[in-house]
Amino acid sequence: MEDLALLLARWQFGITTVYHWLFVPITLGITWMVAIMETSWVRTKDPVYLRMAKFWGKLMLINFAIGVVTGIVQEFQFGMNWSTYSRFVGDIFGAPLAIEALLAFFIESTFLGLWIFGWKKLSPKVHVFTIWMVAFGTLASSFWILVAGSWMQYPIGYVLNPVTGRAEMTNFLEIITSKVLWAHFPHTIFVGFATAGALILGVSAWHLMRQQHMEIMRKSAAFASVALLVGSLGVALTGHWMGQVMVEVQPMKMAAAEALWDDEQPASFSLFAVGDKENSRNAINVAIPRGLSLLACNNLDCEVKGINTLQAEMVEKHGPGDYIPNLFVTYWGFRIMVGAGSLLILLGAIGVWFHSRGRLGEHWWFLKLALWVGVAAAFIGNATGWIFTEMGRQPWVVYEVLLTEGSNSPTVPAGWVWISLVGYSVLYGLLAIPAVYLFVKFAKAGPGEENDNEDVAASMVY
Amino acid sequence: MDQGILNLETLWFVLIAVLWIGFFFLEGFDFGVGILLPVIGKDDTDRRVMINTIGPTWDGNEVWLLTAGGAMFAAFPEWYATMFSGFYLALFLVLIALIVRGVAFEYRSKHPTSEWRTMWDGAIFFGSAVPALLFGVAFGNLVRGLEIDAAGEYVGGFWALLNPYSLLMGVTSLVLFTLHGALFLSMKAEGDVRDRASAATKPLSIAATGVMAVAMIWSYLQAESGVIPGLLPIAAVALLGIVIWLVRSKMVGWAFVATGLTIVTVVAAIFIGMYPNVMTSTIDPAYSLTVFNASSTTMTLRIMTVVALIFVPIVLGYQTWSYWVFRKRVGREDVPASTH
Repeated sequence: MEDLALLLARWQFGITTVYHWLFVPITLGITWMVAIMETSWVRTKDPVYLRMAKFWGKLMLINFAIGVVTGIVQEFQFGMNWSTYSRFVGDIFGAPLAIEALLAFFIESTFLGLWIFGWKKLSPKVHVFTIWMVAFGTLASSFWILVAGSWMQYPIGYVLNPVTGRAEMTNFLEIITSKVLWAHFPHTIFVGFATAGALILGVSAWHLMRQQHMEIMRKSAAFASVALLVGSLGVALTGHWMGQVMVEVQPMKMAAAEALWDDEQPASFSLFAVGDKENSRNAINVAIPRGLSLLACNNLDCEVKGINTLQAEMVEKHGPGDYIPNLFVTYWGFRIMVGAGSLLILLGAIGVWFHSRGRLGEHWWFLKLALWVGVAAAFIGNATGWIFTEMGRQPWVVYEVLLTEGSNSPTVPAGWVWISLVGYSVLYGLLAIPAVYLFVKFAKAGPGEENDNEDVAASMVY
Repeated sequence: MDQGILNLETLWFVLIAVLWIGFFFLEGFDFGVGILLPVIGKDDTDRRVMINTIGPTWDGNEVWLLTAGGAMFAAFPEWYATMFSGFYLALFLVLIALIVRGVAFEYRSKHPTSEWRTMWDGAIFFGSAVPALLFGVAFGNLVRGLEIDAAGEYVGGFWALLNPYSLLMGVTSLVLFTLHGALFLSMKAEGDVRDRASAATKPLSIAATGVMAVAMIWSYLQAESGVIPGLLPIAAVALLGIVIWLVRSKMVGWAFVATGLTIVTVVAAIFIGMYPNVMTSTIDPAYSLTVFNASSTTMTLRIMTVVALIFVPIVLGYQTWSYWVFRKRVGREDVPASTH
């Protein structure tokens, strides 16, 4: 029965996290973009920018609400479902979580309230300051949660206390300067820009195809294309950097991502593989020679360790066990993520190129692609990227320190987890209906005719 | 083992108490407004007035809970782990409530049909009443003590949490927050909503005083091993008695301050009563989690202390500013007749 409780707790963590992560990247990017739009209005007094800020701002709020409330579950389920883990890591993992609440959540919530309700009560300069604070809050939030998350991927700056059996912090500076953190953090921020860029581009494309709100939508599409291109290029560059760090600190995850069973020198990059776990090899593998060596260490000749070697090393170090993550999920998760990201780079580049020639609204195939493929690619890339990085760490919850198995709450029976797992899943599923409904409704309605902040104020209150 | 009170563990115990006090003081009136929504809000505009009195600030108020949770995780991982896993189903209900409530505030007025708004109004009521009740039940259980075993795990199951004393504490917090919310509306709303809220404060203040008196007497009676937190429970009842008088004298602002002080007093009494325990074991006092055996290391506590000393005043500063910006009463004319 204990195994069932563990399995259900893992599914719950996966479902609630991936769902949360559908909304958060939008928030990460769109707050900055709304802040830039409103700043343009404050500087130029051109009402077009005010209408833009208000239009995209409303879509931001519809998205923000779900991101915020699903975040509460994230903070509480460590203790609720993973009490053994929480006891073990609290000394290190708890601190960034508490700091996130104190430094980021207070800023986001207070200043978002000021932004929504303050249009008439604050001067334009102070008002635009509030949205910049929200944007800064989202940045701080992602930093501190990634401090915690990166430590699980690459535990440093701690000792194991043999008496209590808990991990204890020895070097806070080392934890917040971790190389994994400083690859994950920019990666995440760029993901936010790419996602918000894809979304804004998609919605703008819908209007451009209908030849309506042309001025605002052309401006928005141009802005979004730049954000998408910069964001997705940044995602690729930081992703490459993450890969190189991964080879060093989590070679098993890289080997699993490549379905690389045996050591190779030079190592090839697999394009399509069908695994055969029974015999620890691939039944089919189509690969680019030397590709993985190039990815892993920026040269064409280096050796990359394979799963079989790494498994043997882990057994020697940690005792008997299966230390290989789920290869199907890691291999395909990695490929779908990279594929989606590449598509977004291409889309952003085409958008920027069309914009530079003043023809952004004219190519229907591009507008259709932006609406139907770009938005989907962003969400699929985000979800698979997240699943890859978390599942690739398995069977560890804290890499090479604590196994996922046995770190759930011993006093929480499977029946309780069934209730919460079904409860969250049903509720999250149901909440997606009004969220998507309102998003589409406001997106289709297009921007209003506000000329000053008083007009906006009336339409923002609850 | 007397370690005195001049140590980081005790400081963090106090800080966590302060965070819970801040949460109950601030979100207490938000919960009250939500609970009163179907009673005082006679039509859609009334209900919008009510929601907009807390609109700009409810989310910031809720962050006090997240910070309290995060601080417990960081400073007392054993406490966080035992309490959150032990109160699993209750916390699950609280989370469901907070989720639908948060979304409801944002979504309710973004679509004009009455079915849509009725649905979200229901979510706001449910999402406010359930936590207002369950947080009282949870703290009642902390006062009463729990079946904590030698490993520091709560092994009493779910139904044991629903004992009469804790349920009474739940009813107490429910009524107290409702009163707190009614007083808040009397201060922040205009017109009919204000009048109805003021009228509601009279019976609510009497009910709150009555239920608080019973709960506090029960607390004294069941306190066995010298954890009687002095005169604080008596002070809490006395403060509510003063609220009855202030409400009758139409001194709404002072009455709000007095219910706020009641919340401060009760939560302080609970924490002072528990100290140095954070979760008292009813199986064997030696199994109790204390601020010393449940805490993080000195290094973590030191870092957290520095962060808290710098940022708590800043947070208090801008939250106060936000209340200042939205100090004006909200009336029907502040709600656009027909939007969206």
